[in-house]
Amino acid sequence: MTPRSLTRALPLTPALVLLLLFLAGPIAYCAWIAFTDLQLTGQAESSFVGFENFRTAFRDEGFLNAVWLTLVFTVVSSLLGQNTLGLALASLMQRASKPVRTLTGGIVITAWVLPEVVAGFLLYAFFRKEGTLNALLDLLHLPSQNWLFTLPILAVSFANVWRGTAFSMLVYSAALNEIPKEITEAAEVDGAGGWRRMWHITLPMIRRSIGTNLMLNTLQTLSVFGLIWVMTRGGPGDKSQTLPLFMYEQAFQNSMIGYGTAVALLLLLVGSVFSVVYMRLLRTEV
Amino acid sequence: MAVTPLADRRRNRRLAADAGLLTVAAAFVLPLAWVVLSALDPRADLRVKIPDGVTLGNFNAILTSEITFTPLLNSLILCGGATLLTVVCAALAAYPLSRFRSRLNRPFLLSILFATSLPITAIMVPVYALFVQVDLIDTLQGTILFFAASQLPFAIWLMKNFMDGVPKELEEAAWTDGAGSLQSLLRIVLPLMGPGVAVVTVFSFVMMWGNFFVPFMLLLTPDQMPASVSINEFFGNRGLVAYGQLAAFSIVYSTPVILLYVLVARRLGGGFALGGAVKG
Repeated sequence: MTPRSLTRALPLTPALVLLLLFLAGPIAYCAWIAFTDLQLTGQAESSFVGFENFRTAFRDEGFLNAVWLTLVFTVVSSLLGQNTLGLALASLMQRASKPVRTLTGGIVITAWVLPEVVAGFLLYAFFRKEGTLNALLDLLHLPSQNWLFTLPILAVSFANVWRGTAFSMLVYSAALNEIPKEITEAAEVDGAGGWRRMWHITLPMIRRSIGTNLMLNTLQTLSVFGLIWVMTRGGPGDKSQTLPLFMYEQAFQNSMIGYGTAVALLLLLVGSVFSVVYMRLLRTEV
Repeated sequence: MAVTPLADRRRNRRLAADAGLLTVAAAFVLPLAWVVLSALDPRADLRVKIPDGVTLGNFNAILTSEITFTPLLNSLILCGGATLLTVVCAALAAYPLSRFRSRLNRPFLLSILFATSLPITAIMVPVYALFVQVDLIDTLQGTILFFAASQLPFAIWLMKNFMDGVPKELEEAAWTDGAGSLQSLLRIVLPLMGPGVAVVTVFSFVMMWGNFFVPFMLLLTPDQMPASVSINEFFGNRGLVAYGQLAAFSIVYSTPVILLYVLVARRLGGGFALGGAVKG
């Protein structure tokens, strides 16, 4: 490298130092202690145990349960919930009148801007036995139940839909606004109905946005902790214990940092796969 | 079958769209209505109901230094400090990436993009273990540094994209007059991308203000806890949950980020530009 290009790269230094020390460092450390038996308390040294933590994980019913719940949580709240509802809201907004659009947008975005823990409390109150959902069901003479006890994973999934839909809505609104009006109007004159226009014109034209949005939603959903922690603490029992909560319990309640980190590493690997796919989608931009 | 005129069909479709949106809005507004009504209700419980009278008693009860002011101040120091660090580092880093061609730009930007989407939650256990080893656990500065690092990839990415939108010609004139990189960045580029810097700043701050897991893991002393963690005290140690007070605290704690969002969204003509920035 020439001295000139070195001088030019100088402003990168502070960011680079921070990223290496506090992001790359912990990830490398994560990859190391996942293969040790490091524990939380009063132990002088830890030893290398190879793939033992991973073997334990795949024999551990708690881990397999957490994998399954994470899958349910991701599919229900991110793929089916946020993504579909976000697209539906964005396309309805294209046709709705301005006051309704502004009002709905405002409410949905407020849910998104609220701090995670506050969102957790609001949805906790909503789903509790004495909460608003059951009050509504009573009003309609429908059977009520203790949602956080009987269907905790669905309750937290709906909470995540409530909290995260605004992002998809914004992404899809931006994408839909870029479709030239002439194309949809031409199809309309040719007699293509709403669903057919959606399927044959709109969806293919925004497919890049759909890909990006699905990736980002999934990544965000994989790392949800506070929302579930506040609503159920992963309970009752382990009925809403997704991987981040399982990892936390192993590392801190059970003092098995090595094992908890092995779980974290698996989560990180899954995240990396999604991340790489996301980069491929964006590759033309770099 | 008679063909409906196009205008008629459009109007019907608009009404249908309005009805659909209002249904979703009604469902989404219920939890928000609960927090507002309960905060004003002297006898709040867990469901949305007309308050038994309106009172500011809940707010009076929580506006003490122990319950509200200290945690909010902690949040401000933590998130303000980390946001400042993030924005300064991101602006500096974005400049060479946006202005100079180098073989290293592409791999660096790809790594940054890769890091933006990593689940930060997953590395909190090793970060905790690492912080214990290097004695940064339970310190504000350690938490600030980690916060900044975790927000940096996205901040650099956004900042670089905004900076690409500022034409290069103005700086080239300044360079011939002998201005260095730092001077052109401070005097020419940054002032021209005010809205971009505002978006990065507000976005970083809002993300950190709402973040629960990072301070929950890295801070231990109750006096240092930001509002995102201290809010759990309403459930833990104070016995019977005072829902009215919890609601009032939620409002006080959420107001700054909502105001910041409105401020930025209005300046940028809605949409936060974020949808566009990450849309791809």
